[in-house]
Amino acid sequence: MSIRERLSGNEASAIAMKQINPDVVAAFPITPSTEIPQYFSTFVSNGTVDTEFVAVESEHSAMSACIGAEAAGARAMTATSSNGLSLMWEMIYIASSTRLPIVMSLVNRAVSGPLNIHNDHSDAMGVRDAGWIMLFSENNQEAYDNLIMAHRIAEHKDVLLPLMVCQDGFITSHSIENIELLEDEKVKEFVGKYTPEHYLLNRDEPIAVGPMDLQAYLFEHKFAQAQAMRNAKKVILDVAADFEKMTGRKYSFFEEYKLDDAELVLVCMNSTAGTSKVVVDELRERGIKAGLLKIRVYRPFPAEEIAKALSNAKAIAVLDKADSLNAVGGALFSDVTSAMFVNNINIPTVNYIYGIGGRDTTTKDIHSVYSDLQEIVNTNKVNNPYRYLGVRGNN
Amino acid sequence: MAYNLKEIVATKPARFESGHRMCAGCGAPPVARMVMRALKPEDHAVVANATGCMEVSSCIYPYTSWSCSYIHTAFECAGATCSGVEAAYKSLKKQGKLPEDKNTKFIAFGGDGGTYDIGLQSLSGAMERGHDMVYVCYDNGAYMNTGIQRSSATPKFADTTTTPAGKVIPGKMQSRKDLTEIMASHHLPYVAQSIALNNFKDLYEKAEKAIYTEGPAFLNVLAPCPRGWGYPTEKLMEINKLAVETCYWPLYEVIDGKYKVSYKPVKKQPIENFLKPQRRFAHMFKEGNEWMIEEFQKEVDKRWEELLALEKITNETNEA
Repeated sequence: MSIRERLSGNEASAIAMKQINPDVVAAFPITPSTEIPQYFSTFVSNGTVDTEFVAVESEHSAMSACIGAEAAGARAMTATSSNGLSLMWEMIYIASSTRLPIVMSLVNRAVSGPLNIHNDHSDAMGVRDAGWIMLFSENNQEAYDNLIMAHRIAEHKDVLLPLMVCQDGFITSHSIENIELLEDEKVKEFVGKYTPEHYLLNRDEPIAVGPMDLQAYLFEHKFAQAQAMRNAKKVILDVAADFEKMTGRKYSFFEEYKLDDAELVLVCMNSTAGTSKVVVDELRERGIKAGLLKIRVYRPFPAEEIAKALSNAKAIAVLDKADSLNAVGGALFSDVTSAMFVNNINIPTVNYIYGIGGRDTTTKDIHSVYSDLQEIVNTNKVNNPYRYLGVRGNN
Repeated sequence: MAYNLKEIVATKPARFESGHRMCAGCGAPPVARMVMRALKPEDHAVVANATGCMEVSSCIYPYTSWSCSYIHTAFECAGATCSGVEAAYKSLKKQGKLPEDKNTKFIAFGGDGGTYDIGLQSLSGAMERGHDMVYVCYDNGAYMNTGIQRSSATPKFADTTTTPAGKVIPGKMQSRKDLTEIMASHHLPYVAQSIALNNFKDLYEKAEKAIYTEGPAFLNVLAPCPRGWGYPTEKLMEINKLAVETCYWPLYEVIDGKYKVSYKPVKKQPIENFLKPQRRFAHMFKEGNEWMIEEFQKEVDKRWEELLALEKITNETNEA
């Protein structure tokens, strides 16, 4: 029997970490993820976990310590947000290229500047090419479930890549919702033991980690990393299938919400999917064929599957909660449109930059997006595919 | 047991093996090898190395000079990386996932760039958190790996590529940071300053104490650089000796806050003797620049007197 609870996204993540019982957690506080290491410290202080908690002096050191710990043969976890992730940036690449399956909880927040503590996805988008598996979570339940699945994916021998579980700062991290937790024993069994093949603390096999890697080999090592990211797709689905058997909760690369016969389709990530589902339901009641594609797995990017799922739409809106400031649109928009292009799907698609710096995105905003899509279908014309949703002074 | 270099070399593994690509006459390899020899042969060790000369010359894929376990991540975080490895050890040992009766020791190596400057925060954090590890700085007084740029460990007036001795500015215009004192102010159980000298006794014994003192320990070891300092490669040990005999680089320990000067020259040699053989100070010996040598001497004297005073004060306090 699962346990019914009411928890915030941060509490749910901390409880997932408690149940995973990692060997080392190294973290530094930053709003809005601070509560995760804070709750976790309580578990450490009360002896409910076996973890060594390293209260580092910066996020750069948090990721450095996680790399050291994971390379040593331990399961290492951390949590951060925004500028914390920015400060880790150098080590983020080193973690993935060293092929260390570190798991991070990333509570998404706008990256400075100017300083802002509220939600958008500029932190996550800044590391999208860093070689981490990136899972996004609509709500507390998904943040929890994604963390429970994380180690099985990251540590798989065909993968060996770090993984981050994203959720929206404050919107889900600080909102209390109903949640179904798993029993500790079930999680322990599902996650399993970490048995790395090579590790620093194996005195019988000394190893060197992180060498100077020049023209003769780096290219092949990077290729192997790219292969691992491709391999992750199958592993993600396999782990999701096992998870479904245990919980009845189904996960895939993305969620298709009333997408089958949808003509007007919205693509987004994290909590905005919840808002959008309400709008889809309202539009459906009015006989409008609206649908939603909610991305869960952003890296590896399931391009072929997304293109296929969108192939029956008449107009598509991709919502980006971060701008790439490249004068053409956000990162998700680029990914989705390129996925469609290489799979020979040509459907009018527009981009909306939205919710920057924690600006609320309401059902009214989402309605306006669907209205715009209807307009595109009616006129068969796309004026300016790179748009801002709900910004002032955009005349 | 009395110190015996021949016996140590014959019986204790180097762990930092030949075949590395560091320059002839570089002061760092003898430091690394002697520190590693201070480990008990039965102990496993993990070395964490900051990016720098030592790292890029000792572990080029698919080769390594390290026969123990080794990790390099980046320039500024040998302290944090090592602390993560140590935390993993503590955790796995506590959980019975590692052999109970066998020990692993943790040693970080960084140059002055990775230690005094870009890695200072990471080092300070690791030391303050009390990880059972030793951080060894091999101080060659500039960013030698990237081509002799000044660091906060570069002595005043030194000619470097970012403080060139020019017509208006005669080299670096700032004094050297005293990192050993900064680490002593962390109130660590063991802090020491050493050098590869004579039969390596000072370095070996301090490394042994640092490694086998429980908790965080810091060793600052002067490691001359023939390219950056401008001395003939065969003069390394001579330069080291002059650094000590002039009191430019005093040898001392701070054990639980108590200072102990390891060597007091009977007759302190004038600083010219240390400066003269080095190209980086050549401009100080031009006519009209006598003031630079005088000023340098004053600074050396001042720091030496301060050290002697600290030794006196801390020993009096502890005896009272």
